[in-house]
Amino acid sequence: MSFQPVHFYQTGTFTVGNRLLSAEERSVQANVERTNSLNSGHRACQGCGEALGARYAIDAAMNAARGRLIAANATGCLEVFSTPYPETSWQIPWIHSLFGNTAAIGTGIAAAIKVKRQKGQMDDVRVVAQGGDGGTTDIGFGCLSGMFERNDDVLYICYDNGGYMNTGVQRSSATPPAARTATTMPVGPEPGNVFGQGKFVPAIAMAHEIPYVATATVADLRDLEYKVTKAMGLRGARYIHILVPCPLGWGAASQDTIKLARLAKETGIFPVFEAEHGEVTGVLKIRRPQPVEEYLKLQKRYAHLFGKKPAVETIARLQAAADKNIRKYGLLDQEAN
Amino acid sequence: MLKQTEGSHAVAEAVALCRPEVICAYPISPQTHIVEGLGEMVKAGEVANCEFINVESEFAAMSVAIGSSATGARTYTATASQGLLFMVEAVYNAAGLGLPIVMTVANRAIGAPINIWNDHSDSLSQRDCGWIQLFAETNQEALDLHIQAFKLAEEVSLPVMVCMDGFILTHAYERVDVPTQEQVDAFLPPYEPRQVLDPKEPVSIGAMVGPEAFSEVRYLAHAKQMQALERIPQLAEQFKAVFGRDSGGLTHSYLIDDAETVVVAMGSVLGTIKDTVDEMRREGQRIGVLGITSYRPFPLDSVRAALQNAQRVVVLEKSLAVGIGGILSTDVRMAMSGLQLHGHTVVAGLGGRAITRKSLRGLFGKAIRGELGHLTFLDLDWNVVNKQLERERTKRRSGPAAESMLRDIGVVAARIG
Repeated sequence: MSFQPVHFYQTGTFTVGNRLLSAEERSVQANVERTNSLNSGHRACQGCGEALGARYAIDAAMNAARGRLIAANATGCLEVFSTPYPETSWQIPWIHSLFGNTAAIGTGIAAAIKVKRQKGQMDDVRVVAQGGDGGTTDIGFGCLSGMFERNDDVLYICYDNGGYMNTGVQRSSATPPAARTATTMPVGPEPGNVFGQGKFVPAIAMAHEIPYVATATVADLRDLEYKVTKAMGLRGARYIHILVPCPLGWGAASQDTIKLARLAKETGIFPVFEAEHGEVTGVLKIRRPQPVEEYLKLQKRYAHLFGKKPAVETIARLQAAADKNIRKYGLLDQEAN
Repeated sequence: MLKQTEGSHAVAEAVALCRPEVICAYPISPQTHIVEGLGEMVKAGEVANCEFINVESEFAAMSVAIGSSATGARTYTATASQGLLFMVEAVYNAAGLGLPIVMTVANRAIGAPINIWNDHSDSLSQRDCGWIQLFAETNQEALDLHIQAFKLAEEVSLPVMVCMDGFILTHAYERVDVPTQEQVDAFLPPYEPRQVLDPKEPVSIGAMVGPEAFSEVRYLAHAKQMQALERIPQLAEQFKAVFGRDSGGLTHSYLIDDAETVVVAMGSVLGTIKDTVDEMRREGQRIGVLGITSYRPFPLDSVRAALQNAQRVVVLEKSLAVGIGGILSTDVRMAMSGLQLHGHTVVAGLGGRAITRKSLRGLFGKAIRGELGHLTFLDLDWNVVNKQLERERTKRRSGPAAESMLRDIGVVAARIG
């Protein structure tokens, strides 16, 4: 059964007060028994999308694994802000090894658990490996693809904020076209990140035909919890790619994190879908279509598109890319409301 | 049980007897036969409760090993040469995290130029990474050192490389005594980790450490190697009590009590050196041999004690510290600090160049006559070198050096003799 968003229109969003729902329909975060896997007191920036995404994702995974979860974490913002020695925000067994090997660390943990279970020395413990887009789509990609093709029993979660934010906002292969980063400055004949480069790892994950691939954003946290829970109900390699706005790197207001994540989905810039064994099985439809400008203009990384002479052609190319997503994934339909 | 078998297979059998729980491997010559052997044994169900994982790179191999070791599993992998270099970041990480992984290094040269034959450049490049490095002289010792390595690694919570000469040992068939499971079980207890990823007692491993504690954490790595320095001879004694063989320890000495000349070396070349020394002894030369088994931690005191009555030391090493000369010699010279004796570095056997008794006799004779310089490249073909240097002096676009030198020599395929 696929996920059914609850419509509660008075708020203008899909949000709904948990007290209006039956207990089994309530969110993991609404439960006073939630694990607070990534506890408060960490040092993420105000409005950090990654911290929010990680909190929801890992608590949902903990809930699904009945508290028996081990996490491996790539080098990056999430690792740095959560564990300045000797403090740690993690309430679960957690390991950070390197930037580019997190999927393989997950493989090793899963292998050890399998043997320990055979020996009767361990319960059924599950494994999550997580990293940012740099640690996933660039430097960690070899290990990620290896973990996928072996179908190792690991859920890999990528928190995509479109760049190397921890090192000072440099371009990654997940940086969108035209975006300003410290290594794609808005100068020269093609300001910002160039068109025609980059990769969309969810599609590459699907090409491995692994049991489950999903995308999500921090604007639809119920959808995120649902996808993590679904992934945890399956075995083998699973991949969830979460769009997590970064106020620092995107040059956006801290209070706009959710809004930006929602606009990324509503414009079609970031398609939200799920796939099983390489085939799309569900999409989160666009509810109120928006032009890409609504998304772009809130971010200083696109400020060069909106100067005295707006970069109309560039904006049109970004709109075309969003429209392509809408067609490709069927993000609009007649019954959308 | 006595067996006529290949070095790699002997090692595979030894590792299997150690009851490994996770083995991961990426193939690279000359390590392949070891992991092939283990893969087959695991697949056939001969190794109970063991996962064998074919990974996509050496970087992944060491990373999988880190994940499984941190989850409390006895973990093994093997590599060589470029493979060791490809995993270096994870090699340092395993040591820094204090994870007792055991890894065979089938010692092989490092390119460019690419070369699959034996020397010690690969593991010696990892001198400072924090791993213990034990060098095997024979296939029997390679087998024995793996059993000792798991025990040592797990006692001091440090990873251990067992280094064995690629092809010379890994591919050589000779007689080995393969112990019984009961013997190995009597020597090697189950792994009790100091730290483990366990939902019942959650810990964070691999947190960021700043200047306030980094030196102390790093010092601990050194202190643990110093503990290993004490444990290695004790483990060799315990091993002898169970298995009845002398294997391992810090150093092996041969005829050094009255030796004026002591040759220091590591690995399989010690056999050829001992044969040469036997010949020279029969001719009345007072010459002996010191084999280094524990390269890290380096046994400064044992080496110093072995050398203190000598007049000269010849360090014969299968490695080159470009820009200074020797790698092993640098450590030996540190052990000799304050001793009045002549020290010679001899770089030999690079990329599989055979080290013959004839060459060694000539070399040691020169040392005894006081004709040997501080740094010697054994059997170097000066014609080829000088021709290339001349080419580079006279022509700006002199072309790729290795290819030109091969053309000068006039051989196409590798001739290692």
